[in-house]
Amino acid sequence: MAEYQNIFNRVQIRSPAYPGTPLPGGIWKRSGTGFFSNLLGKIGDSQVGPIYLGTLGFLSLLCGFIAFEIIGLNMLAQVHWSPQQFLRQLFWLALEPPPPAYGLHLPPLNEGGWWLMAGFFLTSSLLLWWVRMYRRARALGLGTHVAWAFAAAIWLYLVLGFIRPVLMGSWGEAVPFGIFPHLDWTAAFSIRYGNLFYNPFHMLSIAFLYGSTLLFAMHAATILAVGRFGGHRELEQIADRGTAGERAALFWRWTMGFNATVESIHRWAWWFAVLCPLTGGIGILLSGTVVDNWYLWSVKHGVAPFYPHVFPTVPDPATLPGAPR
Amino acid sequence: MNRRNTLPCLVAMVGSALLLSACERPPVDTIQRGYRGLAMGLVYNPRSQESLQAANVAPAPASPEPGSDGPTAGQVYKNVQVLNDLSAAQFVRVMVAITSWVAPKDQACAYCHNGADLSADDNYRKVVARKMLLMVRHINSDWKSHVAGTGVTCYTCHRGNGVPAYTWYTAPDTASGVTGTRAGLLPPASTVAWAALPGDPFTPFLAADPHEIRIASQTALPQGSRVSIKQTEWTYGLMMHISNALGVNCTFCHNSRSFTAWDQSTPQRATAWYGIRMVRDVNVNFLNSLTATFPADRKGPLGDVAKVNCETCHQGVYKPLYGVSMLKDYPELVGKPQDTAASAAPAAGAPAPN
Repeated sequence: MAEYQNIFNRVQIRSPAYPGTPLPGGIWKRSGTGFFSNLLGKIGDSQVGPIYLGTLGFLSLLCGFIAFEIIGLNMLAQVHWSPQQFLRQLFWLALEPPPPAYGLHLPPLNEGGWWLMAGFFLTSSLLLWWVRMYRRARALGLGTHVAWAFAAAIWLYLVLGFIRPVLMGSWGEAVPFGIFPHLDWTAAFSIRYGNLFYNPFHMLSIAFLYGSTLLFAMHAATILAVGRFGGHRELEQIADRGTAGERAALFWRWTMGFNATVESIHRWAWWFAVLCPLTGGIGILLSGTVVDNWYLWSVKHGVAPFYPHVFPTVPDPATLPGAPR
Repeated sequence: MNRRNTLPCLVAMVGSALLLSACERPPVDTIQRGYRGLAMGLVYNPRSQESLQAANVAPAPASPEPGSDGPTAGQVYKNVQVLNDLSAAQFVRVMVAITSWVAPKDQACAYCHNGADLSADDNYRKVVARKMLLMVRHINSDWKSHVAGTGVTCYTCHRGNGVPAYTWYTAPDTASGVTGTRAGLLPPASTVAWAALPGDPFTPFLAADPHEIRIASQTALPQGSRVSIKQTEWTYGLMMHISNALGVNCTFCHNSRSFTAWDQSTPQRATAWYGIRMVRDVNVNFLNSLTATFPADRKGPLGDVAKVNCETCHQGVYKPLYGVSMLKDYPELVGKPQDTAASAAPAAGAPAPN
């Protein structure tokens, strides 16, 4: 029996590739017959493919490809089509949203028009992929938990790039496409709205983010630890709790007095993961629309503590009489 | 190791090494600035401090101050327009000092002067130098709110170079046709500390018709402020420049829990506030007025003259030359106060931080 004590799988299965259950009728077939990868077998199932593309998958990839090309070619144009400069500056390059002066109007291509177009295709791609997740889950007779978890991430994406800019009346409020630029945008967002750390929904989002990693570590460690008793066969443990499930439950009851069940731990994890972008999206949505300075809001509501001054208080020079401009 | 795994492992190792190559190695020194728990720490890398200290040493004066006795430079020499109130001995000493501070060694006086007639104005550098002397005297007398008693000399910026090492031109946009605009994001540069922020925050903030730097709301709830994230990014770029030019973190001036709150800032923030106005004054009233004087090869891609920012004087140090005053050996470089508003402001309330 395989041991689950190691970082890498120690046993890999080699048999004729299993293509999966028969597909219902449709124009799309599964692509390929599948093959085996030793390296992927170290971290997961060694069988790769066959994959089911389908109409939704095809359209999603197509839209994603168009968005990727619009962003990439605009970046390449910014470095005058030099591949070397493209590689050197790649992390700094960006496709920026329109200047705020355009509001929600259609800007010229070179002043955010490309950004709008890329955003449209990227959003289409994500939404199509969401429908695909939903439909594939249904086709296999599964619940749609994966699709709804994905929807939580799409919610945050839409708040940042669409819903909040529309409420603020300016596409310029949205996030640029670019590796460092979107990170610096995030920092600028926090500075503009008086420090996002004082935003309670940001606090919740962080709590769920870190809580997710904690739950992930606790659950994964528990299952690995009872793997020697067959605990990795979680579905059997849910239906008919064996010694692995008993030991895992006892371990947590002994150490912290309470334990999740083999099934409920997954609801914990799912909700923590999903609530991270859900609450984060609410926090972003409220910034600028309902609250303009989270630090002052926190002072007003007694959240931000007072710290003693260690420097002589400096008046704002702009308020002094005769101040230079 | 399995042979099939060698290549991916190698790629991972080289990749990790590359990712870490941009990092500074520990240990670094941290100095607490604010009240405990506020994370107001100044972070210094002692290894880069060594090279900074070596590069920012004020040269000793070549000769003692001769005094103001005797005939004035205006009486002895022709066409002396700025330093004509000095004694001839003081004047010559300042000229010699300027030569060592600014002129290349192999050109000396001839860098600015016509060797046949030292009083002639046919070399553009002499016209520029005259304006710069006016500027230095103006800074030392009217911008004490920023330079305090330490003051500046030609050396503060020039450091032995004909043109100061750190200046800026307005950056042209790269747009051509329907593509190519970078919306202010220039190729990564040290001027904004390699951040992916607008790379030329100088044109909007440190030149004529400056934009508003302040972006954060002064009210908890929206009260009509239309400041955008993009504006914030420009301000952020300027702040990164100041941080980079002075070799300090944000917390040198700000309490990062609320960047905008003056009651939680350090006194250095007020010094910097005056510094920003001083730089605008220098760029608008002194350097821009030399646009017709400078030859084309000394101008930027848009035909503007080289202008100053914080780095021009500070050069990576919180006080230029670590606060050593060269001005005390050259009191001739202090002018008569003109603009009383700028120099009087600190007396009105702000403790004059050095």
